[in-house]
Amino acid sequence: MQEWANQLCENRQFGSKMTDSKYFTTTKKGEIFELKAELNSDKKEKKKEAVKKVIASMTVGKDVSALFPDVVNCMQTDNLELKKLVYLYLMNYAKSQPDMAIMAVNTFVKDCEDPNPLIRALAVRTMGCIRVDKITEYLCEPLRKCLKDEDPYVRKTAAVCVAKLHDINAQLVEDQGFLDTLKDLISDSNPMVVANAVAALSEIAESHPNSNLLDLNPQTINKLLTALNECTEWGQIFILDCLANYTPRDDRESQSICERVTPRLSHANSAVVLSAVKVLMKFMEMLPKDLDYYGTLLKKLAPPLVTLLSAEPELQYVALRNINLIVQRRPEILKHEMKVFFVKYNDPIYVKLEKLDIMIRLASQANIAQVLAELKEYATEVDVDFVRKAVRAIGRCAIKVEQSAERCVSTLLDLIQTKVNYVVQEAIVVIKDIFRKYPNKYESVIATLCENLDSLDEPEARAAMIWIVGEYAERIDNADELLESFLEGFHDESTQVQLQLLTAIVKLFLKKPTETQELVQQVLSLATQDSDNPDLRDRGYIYWRLLSTDPVAAKEVVLAEKPLISEETDLIEPTLLEELICHIGTLASVYHKPPSAFVEGSRGVQHKRLPATANSGESVESPDASSAAAVADAPPAVIPSQGDLLGDLLNLDLTPTTTGPTPAVSTGIQMGAMDLLGGGLDSLLGGDLGGSPAMGAGFGAPPAAMPASFAAPVSGGGLDDLFDLGGGVGLPMGAYSPPKTVWVPAMKAKGLEISGTFARRAGVIQMEMTLSNKAMSVMTDFAIQFNRNSFGLAPAGPLQVLIPLSPNQSIEVTLPLNTVGPVMKMDPLSNLQVAVKNNIDVFYFSCQYPISILFVEDGKMERQVFLATWKDIPNENESQFQIKDCHLSSDAASSKLQGSNIFTIAKRTVDGQDMLYQSMKLSNGIWVLAELRVQAGNPNYTVSLKCRALEVSQCVFQSYEAVLKN
Amino acid sequence: MIHSLFLVNASGDIFLEKHWKSVVSRSVCDYFFEAQERATEPENVPPVISTPHHYLISVLRHRIYFVAVIQSEVPPLFVIEFLHRVVDTFQDYFGVCTEAAIKDNVVVVYELLEEMLDNGFPLATESNILKELIKPPTILRTMVNTITGSTNVGEQLPTGQLSVVPWRRTGVKYTNNEAYFDVVEEIDAIIDKSGSTITAEIQGVIDACVKLTGMPDLTLSFMNPRLLDDVSFHPCVRFKRWEAERILSFIPPDGNFRLLSYHVSSQNLVAIPVYVKHNITFREGSSQGRFDLTLGPKQTMGKAVEAVLVSSQLPRGVLNANLNPSQGTYTFDPVTKLLTWDVGKINPQKLPSLKGTMSLQAGASKPDENPTINIQLKIQQMAISGLKVNRLDMYGEKYKPFKGIKYMTKAGKFQVRT
Repeated sequence: MQEWANQLCENRQFGSKMTDSKYFTTTKKGEIFELKAELNSDKKEKKKEAVKKVIASMTVGKDVSALFPDVVNCMQTDNLELKKLVYLYLMNYAKSQPDMAIMAVNTFVKDCEDPNPLIRALAVRTMGCIRVDKITEYLCEPLRKCLKDEDPYVRKTAAVCVAKLHDINAQLVEDQGFLDTLKDLISDSNPMVVANAVAALSEIAESHPNSNLLDLNPQTINKLLTALNECTEWGQIFILDCLANYTPRDDRESQSICERVTPRLSHANSAVVLSAVKVLMKFMEMLPKDLDYYGTLLKKLAPPLVTLLSAEPELQYVALRNINLIVQRRPEILKHEMKVFFVKYNDPIYVKLEKLDIMIRLASQANIAQVLAELKEYATEVDVDFVRKAVRAIGRCAIKVEQSAERCVSTLLDLIQTKVNYVVQEAIVVIKDIFRKYPNKYESVIATLCENLDSLDEPEARAAMIWIVGEYAERIDNADELLESFLEGFHDESTQVQLQLLTAIVKLFLKKPTETQELVQQVLSLATQDSDNPDLRDRGYIYWRLLSTDPVAAKEVVLAEKPLISEETDLIEPTLLEELICHIGTLASVYHKPPSAFVEGSRGVQHKRLPATANSGESVESPDASSAAAVADAPPAVIPSQGDLLGDLLNLDLTPTTTGPTPAVSTGIQMGAMDLLGGGLDSLLGGDLGGSPAMGAGFGAPPAAMPASFAAPVSGGGLDDLFDLGGGVGLPMGAYSPPKTVWVPAMKAKGLEISGTFARRAGVIQMEMTLSNKAMSVMTDFAIQFNRNSFGLAPAGPLQVLIPLSPNQSIEVTLPLNTVGPVMKMDPLSNLQVAVKNNIDVFYFSCQYPISILFVEDGKMERQVFLATWKDIPNENESQFQIKDCHLSSDAASSKLQGSNIFTIAKRTVDGQDMLYQSMKLSNGIWVLAELRVQAGNPNYTVSLKCRALEVSQCVFQSYEAVLKN
Repeated sequence: MIHSLFLVNASGDIFLEKHWKSVVSRSVCDYFFEAQERATEPENVPPVISTPHHYLISVLRHRIYFVAVIQSEVPPLFVIEFLHRVVDTFQDYFGVCTEAAIKDNVVVVYELLEEMLDNGFPLATESNILKELIKPPTILRTMVNTITGSTNVGEQLPTGQLSVVPWRRTGVKYTNNEAYFDVVEEIDAIIDKSGSTITAEIQGVIDACVKLTGMPDLTLSFMNPRLLDDVSFHPCVRFKRWEAERILSFIPPDGNFRLLSYHVSSQNLVAIPVYVKHNITFREGSSQGRFDLTLGPKQTMGKAVEAVLVSSQLPRGVLNANLNPSQGTYTFDPVTKLLTWDVGKINPQKLPSLKGTMSLQAGASKPDENPTINIQLKIQQMAISGLKVNRLDMYGEKYKPFKGIKYMTKAGKFQVRT
């Protein structure tokens, strides 16, 4: 800063008096004093110069707020420039001097009546920027006038002012009815006014997720489309973004909107182009694919996207991130445009990496030769990050395009020959993946790989190499020597390498048991005794135990056939992709995350979905339905990390229902420690525990805790089915059951969506779930377990999912529950933590059950006992609640409650007020007594609850409310 | 919408800040500086950076970072386009967009930024409108202002902003009525080692300078409009007419503007004007490398290739280059390892060449990467795609304007791999 000032001083010496830089030179002491004198000068010119100096100081962040009164005094002037400058100052400092700011109000109000519309607009614009409550009060009247001003320039400025005011005081805007006026402006005759009104409403709507501010109907859409042609480029962006939120009624409407939006693809402003692409991508979903227009539209989308790539690098980056989504959703649009994604050597690195990613997505048999030649070229570039990514890309090509695998492998081998360290390491990592995709095809290259063993210094490359050695130990003569050499520095390796080394040596042992016994003992003791890492230690124990109890089983587990990997792992989950397509052009599309995941202040953003295809059988939820579901109740929380729960869940067995007598064997062994525990724990524990030292400690939880969780008797599994039948036929059971809510969204559970509810039907508690597969692979081997909970809820039988769940399929499952599981008090009381396992992973979530499912059928107390108990329970255990807006008579309420096992014992009427005395009993024997007061004509009920266990009252009350209102 | 703007110079100092809503502390730029430090080259700073409460969207122009701060979901392209518009406006007003120019005109800059955005919503971004609101500083005007005490802020409502043709102000008057159009095409291409084309495309623009009185309505037609299948228009062009007749019909803005830009990507239409014969080799174990480069014209339709400039980033191991150009001059910067050769005009009879040796670090292994050669060139009076204007007509006004059309071809990102 100082340096700069000096430089400016020099400028002055050279006599550059013409420029504004002279305003910066007054940084010395007494400056404020000097400025004050100048501001109060009689000479107009001097005043203006002084204000300019003040503004200049403000611009560079100096504090000139002390001059507030003097500057405000300059406001009453005919000189427009001076007025503007003072306004600039006011906007900056009014907040810190609210009392002084009031002085300016009169001038503002007067200026809002000025005959010159420029001044009217300027005044209303500036007032909106002054974030002082006292000023906003005075703003309302002038703003109301300006919103109806005859001059469109003033109206359009006023529209934005409503958004500003809303930001400062939302309540005021609603009370004053400005929102309605703003909605009226959508029908304004001037397109600029329409655009600004849309922009303002969109911004306000962001903080009001559920308000129907932008109520889009065919009429408003028509108006917007008309304004779209005539307003400025920025207005077009606002309108297009708003259009994208509309869901057309049918494919014809959708087509007509598309037709009117397509010309925007030729706009010079790239933001307009991308917003238009968003609208088209979304509405295209509704067009039948056999329609001629559909094909035309696809063709029209490619050129503008390609053009975006010839713009400045920053624009290219955003465009590329979006194209990445578009090629995943509709690869046909750009399938012939591969070449535009070829990398120029002076592209910025962020553009290079994105282009590379898209190249792989577009790679197909037709263009793979070209792509590979390019990738090989990139692998010799200077930038290390880029080279690595290029090498990885070659591997991904091999996995994606089967016909090219051989070529890719030979390209990788060529690259390994270059001996460039990071290229070799990266190549080895991807060759490992290629082995996993095409087993027993390319193992001939192993010898070449082994030559480079010594140059590997990155954990990922070392781990990959060790995996290869272990996996193909029988073909590598000196596999034991190679692995032994790694073992020397075992403790200095990263966890990744240690785990791989452990597994690889166990594999080696199982393949060549005679020579390697010593080695395996060495690694097992290193892993179990000398390591602090629980993952490593536990995996070590499991191997140890497996090997010592049943080597045959061990062989089957460790050397099990591995599932093939596919390129789909790189793709974005379809549900997320759908949502992101609706957000093309936004930050969400740049980060490839749904807006709810990261944008601050987007409280309760609606999840956008693509509209359903016309005349196709796909059942896509309408956006309304999904938002309703999101609003209903507090959404159940998905437990984010496994870590903290692991301790409790280790007790639980996650035996899949489909497994036979030897579950450990039939479960494909995977690399995560959790899976190992889940798959094999119960059989292991059942076996001889004496095989290795410190056995129990390794598992953290005392074995004594085990029986409880196993004890869930499969009582009445068949019976439940019978009851189920009854329920299915539609017998009115009377008990209240809340509607199903989404417990785990597909995004958080690798494509498995679980929604469900609880019910009590004919005395049996049931958990009713809908499992939907939104991923692209088949799901099998479902199993469920509960964590310990307040009332000992536990599954009474296994989860009955007998057929594999194919992609896009849903299944309804009813799981009978009992209440004999282990008990732990939860907060809130009715919280239930659940683990669901399938062939992909284990997912944890928590949900809440209505406590009414625990009310047992024999909950009716004798009258005498009731009276005695009521008196017996101390008064401090009584809690009172209000139920609002309930329009049932006391009899109707009584019978409704009875359906949920809340029994009315007596009824009294005093002064037209009915008092119902009720009792209920929880499954664990806790009695709850209640008094329900119903006043005829008054929709508000009062419930008084008495219970020895005070903490259940809140839950019981919630049940009352739920039952009575449904 | 756009919250704030910070201007940051190459050495990482914030030299201007502007807030359109509440004030955002400068410290938010620390996240930007972090990213700047991580980036190996100034242009590698990622354009979108997230911070705990804000998002920073930046563009780098004229060695100044324009960093916009946003708080809620705003289309990033919207922000980037706006920032470009800010840069263009500064350039338009001050002739150059440099730190010094911005500091010299800080009050005008502040006034401009205030007019361009209102509460984060773009307000007036068309240069025509802005110039009516705030007169650009000229030496003469500044002098007049100081003498008469008048200001450079317009007192009039920008009339254009409300008319159906917001890009044109009313009451334009010229004594000489002229309309010039420049068809400028840039070839972007990647040529591989063996000289075959990997990709080639043309980015073309038609820039106009129109100084016509009143409200002229122009039509421009092409000999071969079929070339233009991927075009972006200035808002003044009537899109329907183009769709139906392939004729550009428009009421032009006053002054300089870009009428349209287009993109020709089908490779058989893209002629490659020069060829390069190269032989750049390093031998293992030797501390010398050979450098041999010859240029020649290829498909130029008989026009001369001028202003040829060859540049190449040589590998880091190269210490110096001792070369001999047959024409022009060359420089080698031993720090950045950038070799540039200013060739000038290519004479087809005597092809320019640059030959000699490069000295390498003794004992170092042979460089892994091959240098890429960048070529810049100009060809006057030709649009390499073959695009030709057929005629330009004016309706709506009575006078006879002077019309001119110029063609020019340049190399854009023209790269030859070795």
